[in-house]
Amino acid sequence: MPVQHIVLKNCQVIDPTDIHTYLELGGFKALEQALGMPPEAIIAEIKSSGLRGRGGAGFPCGVKWELALKSDGAEKYFICNADEGEVGTFKDRYILQHDPFTLIEAIAIAALAIGAKQAYIYLRQEYHYLLGGLLNAIEQVKSKGYLEHVDLRVRQGAGAYICGEETALIESIEGKRGEVRFKPPYPPSLGLWGKPTVVNNVETLMNIPAILLNGAQWFNKIGTEKSKGTKVFSVSGDVAKPGVCEFVMGSRIDEIVVDWAQASDIKMVQVGGATGGIIPCEMLATPLAFETILGSGAITVFSHRRDPLDFITHTVEFLAEESCGKCTPCREGSEVMLEILERLASGDGRQEDIQTLEELASVMSLTSLCGLGQATAVPVLDTLRYFRSEFNHRIQQSIFLRSLRSQSISEMRRSK
Amino acid sequence: MPDKPEAQKRETLLALLQEEQEKNGCISEQFIAQAAESMGITVNEVYGVATFYSFLSTSALARNVIRVCKSVPCYFSNSQSVVDALQEELGILPGETTPDGKFSLLLTNCIGACDQAPAMLLNNELHGNLTRDKIAKLLKACL
Repeated sequence: MPVQHIVLKNCQVIDPTDIHTYLELGGFKALEQALGMPPEAIIAEIKSSGLRGRGGAGFPCGVKWELALKSDGAEKYFICNADEGEVGTFKDRYILQHDPFTLIEAIAIAALAIGAKQAYIYLRQEYHYLLGGLLNAIEQVKSKGYLEHVDLRVRQGAGAYICGEETALIESIEGKRGEVRFKPPYPPSLGLWGKPTVVNNVETLMNIPAILLNGAQWFNKIGTEKSKGTKVFSVSGDVAKPGVCEFVMGSRIDEIVVDWAQASDIKMVQVGGATGGIIPCEMLATPLAFETILGSGAITVFSHRRDPLDFITHTVEFLAEESCGKCTPCREGSEVMLEILERLASGDGRQEDIQTLEELASVMSLTSLCGLGQATAVPVLDTLRYFRSEFNHRIQQSIFLRSLRSQSISEMRRSK
Repeated sequence: MPDKPEAQKRETLLALLQEEQEKNGCISEQFIAQAAESMGITVNEVYGVATFYSFLSTSALARNVIRVCKSVPCYFSNSQSVVDALQEELGILPGETTPDGKFSLLLTNCIGACDQAPAMLLNNELHGNLTRDKIAKLLKACL
């Protein structure tokens, strides 16, 4: 399926420091249209477009908005999740850098639809260098009178991957440790300060103005049965041309990594960040969609020079470090996994290691509180499935190395 | 805004700690105690927040903070060579601060610059596609 620009259509086209370049291309027409619509009608349009969340979980956007609109209470909040911490993901950085205006317009529409008078953009600390540009854009939008119905502020994170999880993000805005909450209740009924709150990813929001202007039917015709529209991918790793691209949902992995990013030597691809699934080179024709594999749209390519054990050790190290520590399976499980993998990588593997890793993965995915712990199993099990012989080989090597070590010890004893 | 005054105050805690970190390079025990008192919350609650986030530090960081990305895309783009170059230039290991208090060298998780790997943040500014020459120039510009 082809490249199509909905989300990125203004990137590198408008001047992100000058709102007039955005207005000339029809900017804020969608908001003007929304201002003349009842909230229910806006939500109905988004619902029938089939737009799903682009942060990784894929929850239907219109349903989220509807839940918040129907929740009791006059006070509601809208949050744009710009805490892009998923390994290999940098699409939101690109969007924030090149087109803050579409995002602000979309936030203004979302706030209008759910009845929120206060909205936040939660920007990760690692993207502090984008703050000035973002604040400047908000000021320009305000001065044109497009933010009269909502007070939009930027909150900065302080370095925590887990704050991309919506309840941890909410805790962080409340000034607390970014630990996830027990769910349900979900944020649309009980969110920021206990009030109905919608949290949407940057990329999800970027689709909103286009959907309102072109109609749900237009959007609905793009993509696959369960994945409508396009997806922005962040391509990195062993490719000639890393970067951000936007393809119609259902595009094949090889269209992106081979045709677009010009990878020539592919052993495997990880899709969706640290907790994303692994696709070996034999399966590169797999389509990218919610039905198959998608996540945050991070696509990291690994050539044959890369060692799957080295890869998974580093991935689990990341997850163990970023676990918020609230629930035991994730906090302890990821540490134990790391211990086994590091031992295996250093040539001291044991016969039972693979089975222990599989058992841990299963417990963590069944009992962890949030996506981090639940999905740690995904890359671990996938690497074990597709590269099992390499793991077995390392274990055999370990056994051999151990026998050499014990041999040399007994020789040393004899020579004494 | 939250309706309860306690929550209103609490909401400002993270920003308060970030400001202190920016100003003094560290969240000291005294500052934690003061913040707890002024907000009417316990010291351990403030300490909990101060130690949760990787950009807040309870030990002193230098005026120039370097954070080298060590996550998978940078790692496989030889981020270790960046760490080696910095170690040589500065004479310190990751996690340490130069004796003159000018540089702190830290390793960090994904900073969202995988298309420019290996990458690092120097005082919150992004620098990608790093080479030895580039690193030497960046350090010189800080002095």
